[in-house]
Amino acid sequence: MQWEVVIGLEVHVQLSTCSKIFSGASTAFGAEPNTQACGIDLGLPGTLPVLNENAVAMAVRFGLAINAEIPEYSVFERKNYFYPDLPKGYQTSQMAHPVVGRGEVDITLGDGTVKTVRIHHAHLEEDAGKSLHEDYSGMTGIDLNRAGTPLLEIVSEPDMHSAEEASAYIRAIHAIVTYLGISDGNMAEGSMRCDVNVSLRPKGQEKLGTRAEIKNVNSFRFVERAIAYEIERQSEILEEGGVVVQETRLYNPDLDETRSMRTKEEANDYRYFPCPDLLPLMLDEAYVEHQRSLLPELPSEKRQRFVDALGLSTYDADVLTGSRPLAEYFEAVQQHCGDAKLAANWVQGDLLGRLNRDGLDITESPVSAEQLGGLLMRLADDTINGKAAKQVFADLWECKGETADEIIDARGLKQVTDTGAIESLCDQVITDNPVQVTQYREATEDKRGKMIGFFVGQVMKASRGTANPPQVNAMLKEKLDALL
Amino acid sequence: MHDKTLAELARGLAAGDFSSRELTSSLLERIKRHDPALNSFITVTGEQAIKEAEAADALRHKGEAGILSGLPLAYKDIFCTEGVRTSAGSKMLDNFIAPYNATVVEKLRHAGTVSLGKTNMDEFAMGSSNENSYYGPVKNPWNPTLVPGGSSGGSAAAVAAGLVPAALGTDTGGSIRQPAAFCGITGLKPTYGRVSRYGMIAYASSLDQAGPMARTAEDCAMLMNAMAGHDARDSTSVSRNVPDYTQGLDKPLNGLKIGLPVEYFGEGLAPEVETAVREAVRVYESLGAQVIDVSLPHTSMAIPAYYVIAPAEASANLSRYDGVRFGYRCEDPVDLEDLYKRTRAEGFGDEVKRRILIGTHTLSEGFFDAYYRKAQQIRRLIRQDFLDAFARVDVLMGPAAPTTAFELGSRADPVQMYLQDIYTIAINLAGIPGISVPAGLVDNRPVGLQILGPHFGEAHLLNVAHVYQQATDWHQRRPEIKE
Repeated sequence: MQWEVVIGLEVHVQLSTCSKIFSGASTAFGAEPNTQACGIDLGLPGTLPVLNENAVAMAVRFGLAINAEIPEYSVFERKNYFYPDLPKGYQTSQMAHPVVGRGEVDITLGDGTVKTVRIHHAHLEEDAGKSLHEDYSGMTGIDLNRAGTPLLEIVSEPDMHSAEEASAYIRAIHAIVTYLGISDGNMAEGSMRCDVNVSLRPKGQEKLGTRAEIKNVNSFRFVERAIAYEIERQSEILEEGGVVVQETRLYNPDLDETRSMRTKEEANDYRYFPCPDLLPLMLDEAYVEHQRSLLPELPSEKRQRFVDALGLSTYDADVLTGSRPLAEYFEAVQQHCGDAKLAANWVQGDLLGRLNRDGLDITESPVSAEQLGGLLMRLADDTINGKAAKQVFADLWECKGETADEIIDARGLKQVTDTGAIESLCDQVITDNPVQVTQYREATEDKRGKMIGFFVGQVMKASRGTANPPQVNAMLKEKLDALL
Repeated sequence: MHDKTLAELARGLAAGDFSSRELTSSLLERIKRHDPALNSFITVTGEQAIKEAEAADALRHKGEAGILSGLPLAYKDIFCTEGVRTSAGSKMLDNFIAPYNATVVEKLRHAGTVSLGKTNMDEFAMGSSNENSYYGPVKNPWNPTLVPGGSSGGSAAAVAAGLVPAALGTDTGGSIRQPAAFCGITGLKPTYGRVSRYGMIAYASSLDQAGPMARTAEDCAMLMNAMAGHDARDSTSVSRNVPDYTQGLDKPLNGLKIGLPVEYFGEGLAPEVETAVREAVRVYESLGAQVIDVSLPHTSMAIPAYYVIAPAEASANLSRYDGVRFGYRCEDPVDLEDLYKRTRAEGFGDEVKRRILIGTHTLSEGFFDAYYRKAQQIRRLIRQDFLDAFARVDVLMGPAAPTTAFELGSRADPVQMYLQDIYTIAINLAGIPGISVPAGLVDNRPVGLQILGPHFGEAHLLNVAHVYQQATDWHQRRPEIKE
C-alpha cells in the first residue's frame, strides 16, 4: 500500500529574557546547580508568581512575525503532575487561551519550492528543573536553575509529510526566533527542543492514523533521523497488518532508534485550570502595534531583498538568510568589499566550509566579517589574485594578522601588475625553455592554447604567485606568437 | 494592661505610662500562665519580642515612634516569618523555618509592632473549629469545652483571652469572621486584593484574604492602615489608594441603608442568634439607620460552589508538599512513588486529604465542566447578587454564624461542619469585605453581627462597626479567666 506520512511538531523555544518568567532569578546558562533558583522557583510556601513582561513581548513579536492573531485576552493555567524537578507540583502554562493564535510559516525545500506550514498556536510556559542521574548512584540530584525559565511552545498543524519538510520547518522557526532575538536557538544547550508527532495513513485517506510522539529531540539532524526511523518502524507494522500504538517515544541518537517511554494508558490527566495567582493577560491594540514597530527585518523579507537588491540567486539568498548571525555576517562582508556575488561565494564556500570542518558556529568564526571583507576588497581591486587570497584567508584563520593588508605586506603577496616586470619574467622563461618553445612553434593552432599554460605556470612560479595571471597570459601569447 | 485595646495601649505608650518592654513581658507572662489551657499559640517568640520591644522603646526615646510602635500582636501560623517556624498547623511544615517575611509581616514590623509569636490554626486553614490542627485544638476562652471557631481560632482565642491585644488571621470562607464571632472579638475580612497575599501560605488562592482581629473596629482600622496596599510581589493585589481607616470612624449613621438578606435569617439559624442580631439591627435603627429586606437569591449555592473551587485550588496549591525540597519527608522511601505517597499520607491530616481528593476529582477529565466550570458560573451569579443588593443599600447585615460556639468534637460529620460557614462563604466568592462585631451573649457564648459592604468599602464598614461599639458594650465583655 502507498502510505502518506503526517508530521506535526511542538517546538519549545527558550526565550532569552534576563530573568525567569515568574521570578527575578537569573536565567544564565551553566551556573552551579541551584544557585539561580529563588524561593519562587523552589515553590516555597507563600511565594507567588509575577509575570515577566519581556517574555510576553517576545511571544507577541513571534506571533506578529508569523502573521498570527494576537488575542486580546489570554490566560495562564496550572498543569498538574508530580515530578521531583517540578517544584510546585504544577507547571504554569497556557491551554484554552494562549497568547499567540493561528499563524503560518513558509519553509523552503531542497528543490527550491516554498511551502506554507500552518501554526495552530504558541503559548507561554515555565520550564521545569533538571534531574541529574549521573554522579548519583541509587539517587537522583535535582538542579532547579532551569525551573521557571520562560518557554514559548510553538504548535504546528500536521502539515508536514517528510523528514525533510520537518527539518526545513524547524530551521525556519530557528531563523525566525534568532532574527527576532528572542532566543539564542542553541539546541545543544536546550534553548530549542521539539516533540515530533508522526503518523502514517493510506494515501488518499482523510482520517489521521495513530501517532507516536517523540519527545525532546534536540538537533536538526536528530529530528530528521528520528522521523526517518519512525516512518520505517510504523510502515513495517502497518505493512504486516499490525496496529500502531499511541505512545510517547524517545529518540536515542547513539543507537539511532526510538523506543517507547510510556503508552497512552499511563498518560497523565493534567487537570488544567486557570492559575488563581495570575490575572488574565489583557493586550490591547496599541500594545500589539508597539511590538510590531519593534520587529526587525525577518528572514523572508531579507531573502527577497538579497535577490532583488543584491542580485543573488534564490539559492544563495536562502542559504545566507538561514540564521540572523549568518545573514548579518554576510551583509557586513558585502558592505566592506562592495561585491555581493564575491561575498556570497566566499561566505558560503571558504568560510562555511572551514567552520563546518572545525565544528564552529558563525558567531565563533575566527575570521571576522571585517577581516574577510578587507580580504575580498583586495581581491576585487586586483591587489592580490585568487590563489594569494586563499593564503591570506588561511593566515587570517590562524590569527597571523589583524587585517588582510598586513598579511599581504608581510608575505609579499601583492600582485605584480607592472608590465615591465612581467615582460622581463616572460622573456626569461622563454629563454630558459627552448625545447618547449620549439614544441609550441611546431604545434597546431588549436593545441597552442593549452601549451601556453606551461609558460604561465613558470612565470607565476618565478613571481612567487604574485604576477597577474591574465596579464601574464596575454603577454606570453604575444611574445610566443611573434616567434612563429 | 491585658484588658486594654490597641488604641488605649498606643495612648499609654505615647504618654509614657508604661514601656513596650513592660507591656511585652507582661503579656509573655500571661501567655506562659494561660496558654497551656487554651493552646492558642504554636510558637511563642519571647526573646525576639523583648528585643523588638526594646527597639521600639529606643525609637520612642528618639521621638521617632509611629502610632503602632511597640504594640504587641501575633500572627496566625500561616504567615511566613523569617527565621521562625511557620507550620500552617500541619505536620507537613512542622520543621519549616521560613526564610522570609510575608508582606503584611514586613509592613507591620516596619510600623514598629512587636510579634509575640504564631497562633494555632486548622491545618492549612481548612476547618471551622480549629480541631484540625496538628498541634491540637484551641479552647474557647469563654468555656474550654467549646471550640473557638476556625481556622483563625488561635488568633481569636488569644485576643479574647487577653494574651495579645490583636492578631492577624486569614479568611478563605469565613475564617476571620466566624472565630471572631465565637470568641467575642472584632474581625475584618478586607476586599480580595486589598491586602497582599505574598508570604501567606496558600489554601485557595482566589479566596484567601488576610485581615485584622482585635477587640474593636478602631483597632482593626489602625492595623489596616499598616497592612493594606498594593504589593508588586502579588499580582492579584490591587493598585488603589489606601484611605486612612481611622479617619471617619465616628461619622454618624443617619440615613444609613441597611439591607437584611432574607436568606440569612432562614432555616438553620439558631433562634437566640437571630434574636441577638435583630436586636443589634434595632440599635442601628435607633442611630438613624433605615432597614430594608433584600434577597441574595443564589445564597444556597454558595457552599457547594465553594467546596468545588476551594478544594480545586487547594489540590494544586498543596502539591508542592511532596517531601522533595522542604518540610516533612517520610522515613526511608524505597522509591519516588513511595516518597510521595507516604510523605503525603503521613504529613497531611484527614480534612486536608479530604479536600485534596475532592479538588483532584472535580478538576479531572470528564468532571471539570460539571463541577469547576459550573462553580465558576455560580460564583459570578453570587457576585452579581451582591452588586444588585449594594445598588439598593449601603451595607448588609446578618449573623456571622448560624450558632454560637459549639462543643469540641460535636460536629463529626464534615458536611455539618461545612454548614458553619453558610453566612460567610459567599462573601469570599464575591470578593467583598465583611466584618464581625460582638453583638450579644447567649448562655455566656458570644454572638457575632456580620456587616458586609461593596468592594473596597472597608472604611465604611469600620465606621458602621465603630459607631455601634460606641453605643453598646458587647465588645467590652471579657471571658472570665482564673488568674
